[in-house]
Amino acid sequence: MARITAGVGCSHVPAIGVAMDLGKTDEPYWAPCFAGFEKSREWIKEAKPDVIFLVYNDHCTVFDASFIPTFALGCAAEFTPADEGWGPRPVPVVRNHQVMASHVAQSLILDEFDITIMNEMEVDHGLTVPLSLMFGNLGVDDEWPCLVVPLCVNVVQYPAPTGNRCYNLGKAVRRAVESFDEDLNVVIFGTGGMSHQLQYKRAGLINEEWDTQFMDRLTSDPVGLSQTPHVEYLREAGSEGVELVMWHIMRGALDDEVDEVHRHYHVPASNTAVGHIILANRKDSGAPK
Amino acid sequence: MALKKDYEDIPGTLVFDADRGREGYHLNQFCISLRLQRNRDAFNADEGAYLDRYPMTAEQRQAVVDRDWNRLLELGGNIYYTSKLGANDGITFQQLAGLMTGMGNEAYRKMMVDGGRSPEGNRYQHEWDEKGEN
Repeated sequence: MARITAGVGCSHVPAIGVAMDLGKTDEPYWAPCFAGFEKSREWIKEAKPDVIFLVYNDHCTVFDASFIPTFALGCAAEFTPADEGWGPRPVPVVRNHQVMASHVAQSLILDEFDITIMNEMEVDHGLTVPLSLMFGNLGVDDEWPCLVVPLCVNVVQYPAPTGNRCYNLGKAVRRAVESFDEDLNVVIFGTGGMSHQLQYKRAGLINEEWDTQFMDRLTSDPVGLSQTPHVEYLREAGSEGVELVMWHIMRGALDDEVDEVHRHYHVPASNTAVGHIILANRKDSGAPK
Repeated sequence: MALKKDYEDIPGTLVFDADRGREGYHLNQFCISLRLQRNRDAFNADEGAYLDRYPMTAEQRQAVVDRDWNRLLELGGNIYYTSKLGANDGITFQQLAGLMTGMGNEAYRKMMVDGGRSPEGNRYQHEWDEKGEN
């Protein structure tokens, strides 16, 4: 059967993609941001996922204001990087495990998560930046090292789904994956955040203390953390910090007992605090029992 | 019974909720159309004619013409949408933030490099009222 063995939390700041695409990663502004992903790239080479289940949000690229699904699962064979206004990112086309995606779609709906099914979809920086951070620079003629099942979450128009709902969706994703017959190693990504506010007069808000407790509690108190009310994200982590609800989907899909394999935190990437964590199920992490 | 909007007392912050989504719909659809080059070309060739395609309010239209970035948000715009108008004009997210905060690009960039805007004194509207900010 397929099994989720580890989770990755990761910001998806568009400027990170731009810095990689323009070869700026060694510049003093960017070097400390990227240094924290060196260990992650080693880790994922070792972990060798067959499939990444990647939770992210579309930034009005596919889903403009005309329709706003709370949860939408990518079921197409492949997903092309979108033009977000400055040309598509020069990164590989993202390929799906289409049979697993359709299995997950059916399982989730019968499990009472009424997701939208996307049989055609482009993907924006929300999906491609975490892949680039974890796998390094790959060009349009390359291939990502594994298949990707994308799950989009609305976090642009308030309200995003609650943290509780997201955590429970993570559990449903796990049930869906574990009922898929093929023997697959699946790693789940929860992306977005950390604290940032892009808009209006309070733009630039960063709250390292709050971000730190968020990452700490992913291991020590995931259920309590998932009960964080939306207004706390908005007030403490900025209006766009509410993206962090997507990390609860990742956490919900893991075992109760996880080990923190790696953590990285850096301010700033453009307007945003970059947060990154790798959590492995304790029975899969190689740590002492 | 009205839904309680417990997020309205956060200073300097406009939460893009369903009401704002309704008010800003045509404005936001105009902005997002600029994601595509052919639409940017049409807009830049004749802004007025292009704006005629979108039944936004006169105030929204004027805010577009004026590139009044905060007013656009006050009238129902959302930053992920208005940033496409910014991108059309060659303005990045960070430069937009410099404009929206009134700090200017250099001061804003420096604030971010120094760790960003602290939450201290920036959580509740009354904290800004006491400082004489709005």
